[in-house]
Amino acid sequence: MTASQGLRDWLLTDEPTSRRQARLSSWFKGWLTFRSNTLAMVGLFVLTFLILAAIFAPLLATHDPFAQDLGQRLLAPGESGHIFGTDSLGRDIYSRILYGARISIYIVLLVVMVAPVVGLIMGTVSGYAGGWIDVLLMRITDIFLAFPRLILALAFVAALGAGIENAVLAISLTAWPPYARIARAETLTIRNSDYIHAIKLQGAGPFRIVTRHIWPLCISSLVIRVTLDMAGIILTAAGLGFLGLGAQPPSPEWGAMISEGRKYILDYWWVATIPGIAIFSISLAFNLLGDGLRDVLDPKEGNS
Amino acid sequence: MSDAPLLDVENLWVRFPSRTGVFDAVRGISFTLGQERLGIVGESGSGKSMTGRAVLRLIRPPGLVEADRLELHGEDILTAPESRMRQLRGGRVSMIMQDPKFSLNPVMTVGQQLVEALRAHEPVSRSAARKRAMAMLDEVAIRNPERVYDLYPHEVSGGMGQRIMIAMMLLPDPKILIADEPTSALDVSVQLQVLDIIDKLVRDRGMGLMFISHDLNLVAKFCDRIMIMYAGRIVETCKASELKNARHPYTLGLLNSVPNLERPRDRLEVLKRDPAWREAPSVSARQ
Amino acid sequence: MNALSIEGLNVWFGSGTDRANAVRDVSFDVATGESFGLVGESGSGKSTILRAIAGLVPTWSGTMTVAGETLGARRSKAFYSKVQMVFQDPYASLHPRQTVDRVLSEAMGLHGVKNIDKRIGQLLDDVGLGPGFRFRFPHQLSGGQRQRVAIARALACDPSILLLDEPTSALDVSVQAEILNLLADLRRAHQLTYVMVSHDLGVVGHLCERIGVMKDGCFEEVLTVEAMRRFEARSPYTRHLLESSINSIS
Repeated sequence: MTASQGLRDWLLTDEPTSRRQARLSSWFKGWLTFRSNTLAMVGLFVLTFLILAAIFAPLLATHDPFAQDLGQRLLAPGESGHIFGTDSLGRDIYSRILYGARISIYIVLLVVMVAPVVGLIMGTVSGYAGGWIDVLLMRITDIFLAFPRLILALAFVAALGAGIENAVLAISLTAWPPYARIARAETLTIRNSDYIHAIKLQGAGPFRIVTRHIWPLCISSLVIRVTLDMAGIILTAAGLGFLGLGAQPPSPEWGAMISEGRKYILDYWWVATIPGIAIFSISLAFNLLGDGLRDVLDPKEGNS
Repeated sequence: MSDAPLLDVENLWVRFPSRTGVFDAVRGISFTLGQERLGIVGESGSGKSMTGRAVLRLIRPPGLVEADRLELHGEDILTAPESRMRQLRGGRVSMIMQDPKFSLNPVMTVGQQLVEALRAHEPVSRSAARKRAMAMLDEVAIRNPERVYDLYPHEVSGGMGQRIMIAMMLLPDPKILIADEPTSALDVSVQLQVLDIIDKLVRDRGMGLMFISHDLNLVAKFCDRIMIMYAGRIVETCKASELKNARHPYTLGLLNSVPNLERPRDRLEVLKRDPAWREAPSVSARQ
Repeated sequence: MNALSIEGLNVWFGSGTDRANAVRDVSFDVATGESFGLVGESGSGKSTILRAIAGLVPTWSGTMTVAGETLGARRSKAFYSKVQMVFQDPYASLHPRQTVDRVLSEAMGLHGVKNIDKRIGQLLDDVGLGPGFRFRFPHQLSGGQRQRVAIARALACDPSILLLDEPTSALDVSVQAEILNLLADLRRAHQLTYVMVSHDLGVVGHLCERIGVMKDGCFEEVLTVEAMRRFEARSPYTRHLLESSINSIS
């Protein structure tokens, strides 16, 4: 029996002998389920590829993304060492795509750190406490839900100036209410379970119950929902970039690149289309990943 | 009228391929069902419910149903096309399940469901169907059929819901009724009432009844013949009246592990599961 | 002194015109070391009484005295170290994402038990599960095994009173026999007081000494198990229940 076979058996065991083994075993079995979904693996692969491209952009780029060369403007893909051609200011599109990936990942990370976390806290506290706390928090949620995202972004830009951080802030503030709703709905169901009653009967207080017992159960559906929402968030950021409200020129943000290429779309299609394909790829990757995660994490499946 | 038994099953296997191998829920059982009440008793995991579902071909892929013979009144149903199975399900073989909360459609009234069940199998007009539905509700001892006709399932009690289920399943006049734990979700006093109704209807219509349950004593009182299943195989079969003369250790173990009010014991006998029981070939319950 | 003393207990849900009275004016006592059964059909209020004692029901009135302490709106830490509960559905009473080890350690941690590691091994032994079960998740356990874990959790803090809410009704007959034997053994070994709810007279007759029969939220009568065996029930409802449950094959 080879070493890898031994490790696999250890991870697939039905009788773990330590906390670490139990946890690793659980993750490994989840991974196996995920791996059996081909489309999800495609999504993961594309995403990993994009992340790596973003991290190693300085190594992979062929040109400086900000270097203009008006003598080389609007070159077709493949001409003169420009893999994806050049834009209206002679900047290499391939290199700009790579650096633009950084901006997209940055947006994703910022939103993920804010929106689901706020949503989880609001939703679980609201669902568990009930009574006037529930009413108050849910009305606050409704208020934020009513804000149209782009208009709020406009308002932020008008007040605080244009920039990627403000755009992301606007997106985050409108993205958390659905997560709060999901978390609250799950909490209402879980709250009446016998295992929650049981831990109450051990003397556990509400803080422990919400953070240690309810959050682990809500996190699955939140992760799935966030992953599926990522596509929309990236598109919104791209939309804001397109409107000039997000990343400012000469930043190689993909939405802004599409906006700049708009004028040339008929004769020089690549200037707008290539960043469009990049946005499409990352959105699709997140969608496929989210679908795959749902199969793994859906508690109704009962795990492995 | 052919001499063939209502249901003829030989060497039935139900398999579920999965990531970690194939799980065999039913492992080569054989039995026949005539115009009698056959009880199938087993604990969870014995394969008894899977047997009922396999007969109705309700096992979805990746589950597989294999048998040397699976015949309904002489007609082969193992390879019958799905369109024919749809006619047979409800029309010739019906099934009632444990909890009417989950088997009655919550967004349709009782009357609508009854009428739909009938019209799926017979070309009758709506008014004729309604009349027959009312008559059927009466047969299952529902006192105000007109009122109940317009109620939704959540507005009726468990016992009444189960009686409605029986009415719905027997309206198209099937020849075989498969009852999968029909009284397990009901209170004790209601159980007897529902069983009486099933008994009367099955007798009056000359039907065959497959009564699946975990309750050996209940089945012994209610059925003519019993087959006891364990790990997908039949370990013993006998006439209900002769259950106390059962020989297989599993059957005896089941009988002795139930706490009996009239026979107080200090400790209940714990069933010692002999691995040999899984490996022993299935006992045939064919007649 | 009685382990448990209930006087004039009323439990209701909702208010005003929507008010549903689940338990009406119920009074009974359970002596220390006794095993008291509550039987009735669904909706009779028997489980609600247990939940009221455990503090899981907000709207109640009456007097409840448990282990010398009169109960108020909230339960104290001391209460939880004396009274524990085992729930009906083994598939719902364990957190799906927590191992057996986590469940037991947390319970003991909350009660300030020392030597948790050793104690876990002891508890698992007491309920008939070997150390191999310690790091399993609930979906890797059968119904009977889950119920044993639930019992272990209830015993983690060494209580004196166990509230048992139909602990075996969701289990196979043979597994039920094992769990009933286990409960009888534990009661002897730890001198526990049981208040057990069931709809099955056979089960209650096996484990309990006195039985309270409930109907529509009220006590029909209280009788000893011997009286029940001899069919000496005063109330016609009790007699009706007995007749429906007698299952002998003769």
